[in-house]
Amino acid sequence: MKQLLSGNEAMALGAYHSGVSFATAYPGTPSTEILESFSQFKGVYAEWSINEKVAMEVGMGAAYGGVRTMVSMKHVGLNVAADPFFALSTTGTNAGIVVISCDDPGEHSSQGEQDNRHLAKMAKVPMLEPTDSQEVYELMQWAIKISEEFDTPVLFRSTTRISHCKSIVDITKDRPAETKKPGFMRSSAKYVMVPSNARVRRTNMEERITKLKAWVEDFPMNQIIRGDRKLGVITSGVAYQYAREVFKNASFLKLVTTYPVPANMIRKFASEVDRVIVIEENDPYLEEEVRMLGIKVSGKEFFPIIGEFNPEIVEAAAVKAGLLPAPVVASKPPPAVQIPPRRPQLCAGCPHVGPEMILRKLGFDSSIKPSPVLRPLTEKEMVIAADIGCYTLGVYEPLGALDTCACMGASIGHAIGMEKAGVPNKTVSVIGDSTFMHSGITGLADMVFKQSANTVIILDNGTTAMTGGQGHPGTGMAMDGSKGPQVNLEKLCEGIGIKDIKVVSAYDMAAIEAAIKASTAAKEPSVVIVRGLCALKFKVKNTSRRVDPDLCIDCRGCLDVGCPAIIIQNDAVQIDAAACVGCGVCQQVCPQEAIVEMKS
Amino acid sequence: MKDVNVLMVGVGGQGVILASDALAEIGMKAGYDVKKTDSLGMAQRGGSVVSNVRWGQNVFSPMIKKGEVDFLIGFEEIEAARWASYLSPGGVAIVADVTIIPVSSMSGGVPYPGWDKIKSILAHYTEKVYLLPAARIGEEVKNPRALNMVMMGAIAAFLDLKDELWLEDIRRKVPPKFLDSSIQAFHKGAQVTQSMKEKGVSR
Repeated sequence: MKQLLSGNEAMALGAYHSGVSFATAYPGTPSTEILESFSQFKGVYAEWSINEKVAMEVGMGAAYGGVRTMVSMKHVGLNVAADPFFALSTTGTNAGIVVISCDDPGEHSSQGEQDNRHLAKMAKVPMLEPTDSQEVYELMQWAIKISEEFDTPVLFRSTTRISHCKSIVDITKDRPAETKKPGFMRSSAKYVMVPSNARVRRTNMEERITKLKAWVEDFPMNQIIRGDRKLGVITSGVAYQYAREVFKNASFLKLVTTYPVPANMIRKFASEVDRVIVIEENDPYLEEEVRMLGIKVSGKEFFPIIGEFNPEIVEAAAVKAGLLPAPVVASKPPPAVQIPPRRPQLCAGCPHVGPEMILRKLGFDSSIKPSPVLRPLTEKEMVIAADIGCYTLGVYEPLGALDTCACMGASIGHAIGMEKAGVPNKTVSVIGDSTFMHSGITGLADMVFKQSANTVIILDNGTTAMTGGQGHPGTGMAMDGSKGPQVNLEKLCEGIGIKDIKVVSAYDMAAIEAAIKASTAAKEPSVVIVRGLCALKFKVKNTSRRVDPDLCIDCRGCLDVGCPAIIIQNDAVQIDAAACVGCGVCQQVCPQEAIVEMKS
Repeated sequence: MKDVNVLMVGVGGQGVILASDALAEIGMKAGYDVKKTDSLGMAQRGGSVVSNVRWGQNVFSPMIKKGEVDFLIGFEEIEAARWASYLSPGGVAIVADVTIIPVSSMSGGVPYPGWDKIKSILAHYTEKVYLLPAARIGEEVKNPRALNMVMMGAIAAFLDLKDELWLEDIRRKVPPKFLDSSIQAFHKGAQVTQSMKEKGVSR
């Protein structure tokens, strides 16, 4: 049966058809849909974990317990999970376990670009990289097989353009009739990593890689495509597809096992062609592997090390390298019309808009124009340390309300660090409810321990909004949408030792301002929970607002809200009634009270 | 079988992804090898959305090379202009008469160019530029959200496939409540495009 599947859907189906019954993840673009697709299958267990580290540990437990397991995350998620990932490499497993890392070349939706192929090598874990959805599907079966045969986790590496590209999959398999029954096999030598045991396992890890080096030589999905012998292209992942598109006649070596690499196969291929080049996104990972075999090779001297590839980039680099003739340039330049950029923005009715406007007002000197250039703060300004989530979009104009954003949970540590280092300005940390659960709790505990006078503003929209609205312990919402036990944010903060906890509505601008002012004025750790449901996830819709043309003086102050429902039509500010969800933030911003409820 | 490269561009929330998903599936059912991929901004809403859909004997890259787009389907005017350079010489640009002014223009940044300017950009790459009365069709079928169906109809007018292939996919994708208006929007999109094509009209 042929089906059009995204790489992520193919990973889920491939895992299901390999007998995987247990999957856990933390959502993160571009990996989110893997678990969402997997959870649709009958008779499997799928859960969002509180963060990637916990996902990895829960997955280890399942695999130790004899159940085939999949753990998925985005590239930076594997940083969070690196500790148990390396440990899993040491212990090995009882049933097949595949760890999926979805890298994001080009940073479509990430705070950084990193090439996780290095992590396979560092953790001494075999790595597989597919080039389209068909290969994803087939490769998942191999991943489970390798994991069980070599007693190792397998790193399954995808990139945005594999995960989010749909291509045809010929579905040839079905789920095995019998999957392994759960059961733990006791062995402290294998699973209890005290130094005396770990030293023995360390030897096993090296032996495993030695065996794998021989095994990958015959791996059927590594493929030589013979064309013109003048040029031999070694490539992997989606870069293979671009290379095939651009070099119509060259010879290709497509590598699917990228750690360890099939050294003899590479040597053989190189000996058959006049010149070897490597085409790969991001780091010169394969290039270095090839060079270490003593083969003369070029790659990153021509092909970019930064960003995602596409056929134009590969072609332009190939021209620069003298591998392709220069294209004919169009004679006439296009008309010089400037096209305005269209940045992503917070949704109409987003509960993050109100608090971010207040932070802008309280934290920034309004007489100084926002600019990305470094400048010292004035005495009254605050440092707004932000975190990873929808609210990070508040860094863009018109809100322009944030100062730092590094990784999940870092907002709280940033603020503690600045304060303890002696930065004289007040600090606040802005973090979403899901991110707070992910890795804000430990920061908050540290804040209490250090008695940092920081104020943590938890923007509680009742979901993990950025990735499409997944549940977390603070919501009590399970994968299938059912409601269960819930971790209470206020009580959690109180239990950690915060005495000053305020809860305000995300749509009450005066209350938010008063709460932040009071909390930042006090010299003790404090939390302000700003609560309002994600308008997109929960389809919030109240009475729409409209602009009363008789009262509007066209000051355009409401445009500072940056709400997509506020538009300019016929040179006047209007509110698109279909888009407006009636949050009323613009109404509170308007100095003329010209924004009113639709019915009035 | 002729290879077909379609670039669908618009703004988050306009239904670009649903339309491009449908187009990819229809290609597969018509016997092509198919790849499709979307690039969307970081937020769920309001950013630019670009879908690459490729039909062919053997499709390698999911991304279409600059200068090789056969059909540029613009759900919004400046988005069409933004991607005009991807058109192949002789490619077709079908643009909905929809303008969504970005925040950057509203707050005094780069002004939103009018259709004449946008047309001049598109016309630099191809003579075949069609401006579809999408808003009017939306009103006629009483479903302003059926823009993606209008655009599907428009492209259907250029691709020689049985109507049933399109309708079957629409029936599967659209919720029952919107099915009738969606199918009407599809037909109207196809009709208007067909008559423009015959008259050689490019507005």
